[in-house]
Amino acid sequence: MVYPLFLDDEHEMLRDQIRRFVAEKVHPAADQWEKDGCVPREILREMGELGFLGIRYPEEYGGSAMDTRATVVLAEELGRSTYAGFAITALVHTDMASVHLFNAGSPEQRAAHMADVVAGRKIVAVAVTEPDAGSDVKGIRTTARREGGDFVLNGSKMFITNGVHADLYCVAVKTETGGPASRSVSMILVEKDTPGLSVARVLDKTGWRSSDTAELSFQDCRVPAENLLGAEGQGFYAIMRNFQNERIVLAAMTMGEAQAALDLTLDYVKTRAAFGAPLWSKQAIRQRLAMLSARVAAARAFVYATAARDAAGEEVVKEVSMLKALCGELVNEVMYDCVQFHGGTGYMRGTTIERMARDARVQSIGGGATEVMLEEVAKRL
Amino acid sequence: MKVLVPVKRVIDYNVKVRVKADGSGVDLANVKMSMNPFDEIAVEEAIRLKEEGVASEVVAVSIGVKQAQETLRTALAMGADRAILIVAADDVHTDIEPLAVAKLLAAVVKEEEPGLVLAGKQAIDNDMNATGQMLSALLGWSQATFASEVTIEGDHALVTREVDGGLQTIKAKMPCIVTVDLRLNEPRYASLPNIMKAKKKPLDEKTPDDYGVDVSPRLSIVKTAEPPTRKAGVKVGSVDELITKLKDEAGVI
Repeated sequence: MVYPLFLDDEHEMLRDQIRRFVAEKVHPAADQWEKDGCVPREILREMGELGFLGIRYPEEYGGSAMDTRATVVLAEELGRSTYAGFAITALVHTDMASVHLFNAGSPEQRAAHMADVVAGRKIVAVAVTEPDAGSDVKGIRTTARREGGDFVLNGSKMFITNGVHADLYCVAVKTETGGPASRSVSMILVEKDTPGLSVARVLDKTGWRSSDTAELSFQDCRVPAENLLGAEGQGFYAIMRNFQNERIVLAAMTMGEAQAALDLTLDYVKTRAAFGAPLWSKQAIRQRLAMLSARVAAARAFVYATAARDAAGEEVVKEVSMLKALCGELVNEVMYDCVQFHGGTGYMRGTTIERMARDARVQSIGGGATEVMLEEVAKRL
Repeated sequence: MKVLVPVKRVIDYNVKVRVKADGSGVDLANVKMSMNPFDEIAVEEAIRLKEEGVASEVVAVSIGVKQAQETLRTALAMGADRAILIVAADDVHTDIEPLAVAKLLAAVVKEEEPGLVLAGKQAIDNDMNATGQMLSALLGWSQATFASEVTIEGDHALVTREVDGGLQTIKAKMPCIVTVDLRLNEPRYASLPNIMKAKKKPLDEKTPDDYGVDVSPRLSIVKTAEPPTRKAGVKVGSVDELITKLKDEAGVI
């Protein structure tokens, strides 16, 4: 479906290219990635060559200097791939982790890494969540202590997407600013193989199997003070700002997933016979699918409208929080019914819908749980 | 040498086509449209000729509704240098017939003076497979259809053609028209930076009147119908049962 109200020709052209990439490079190979627990670097580099990893970044780094609308097209189409683990690997890199480096990074930091980030040569992870602090960013306990010209990091980070194989980590830490909790959080860039940084555990997840997720450990991990991203004590605000982008991207991704699941299920119920006729002949089934299609269409339109408003510079925190809550729940309702209408097949390992249902579960949790998002909405009502 | 590549905006090959209720044609309202896949192959071949230094400029031309400029932008994003859009219809359901298209292309050829026209062998919407051949007749140029390999050697094109039962290689005098088949090449992706650069490439908009061509239809569509739906199959329990059924019910062995 085309959204001429919000999108231009180049967005549809981008969509076509991503769709072709997914059909030719992802679908034939991604079952193996699910088994391997990660997406091959080769694939991410190919995406880099096609410009998919630098949509919003300036041309000097190989990017295309587009806006939120193009990002939403990327997220939606990757969600449509049906391999959300693959999708999140790319989207964490482009829209949740590298944004910390780009938005807060100094000209030197950008010059050192952004071209490689856009080309997919360096993959980025963001490490905020800890065993005892998630959306509650002020509660983090990982510390960075100044020692001469260095920061020394200690602590652990949990559920870090791209955490096993990343080249760059944007790490949220507490520094000794002496101010309130909100002004003691800073972001520090840590490169792979820095002594003291280790993967404590490779985490085994219900879904997103092709995405590598880690628990990270920092033990006297020493980095030069120049690795501070942005001003000391400003990390909390940077995280909150970047969460907005992360959430609209997740909302777009889920609606791609939901639409793909509905398409798949429509095909299934139109061919699968029960009691002498296709399941589609049952009013109860087709009406449920019709209503879900309507709700997904409405949510997608809301995603695009919000992306267009964000691109125009409007303040959309309330809308983004609404979207994250709405879409994270809706995708799970869609998956529940789609599994239901697939019958026993939908419960079998190896079927697309079974994988998609497992993948979708996290969407009401990660990137801001529904309950947290609804409080953000409520505050603004 | 300049290469002219005609491209058509057609219903996307992934779309499940629906016939309009009145049988007058296929429903194209709010349906995803794309560049005809054979034309994409022609664009790719033209760009490769340019990269090899054989061609100096690649010009894409499309005839149809105004939205065909999206198709031309795709050709530009792949690497064509500039584009010409001839707006010949205002309803997406109006299909300009091959003869009218060929006449318009002949006029464009006279103006642009390309050394080669690379076209798709047919459009996947109505499968006419006629425009390239008609253009060749109107211009009095040589033609090579269904190309699976194209080599330019001086004032000749060596073209391998896919014919029934094998391949045929012919030598065509330049300038000529080559219509391309599926196996000629694999079109490249249009990278996002190239999509953005394509916005700045020139796209001229014209009308059939600019070329003095009458595009009114000569053919009328009597009826369009869905293919008959496939009947449900049956599962057999064993090879013996299959053989019995093939003998007794299907009567094929």
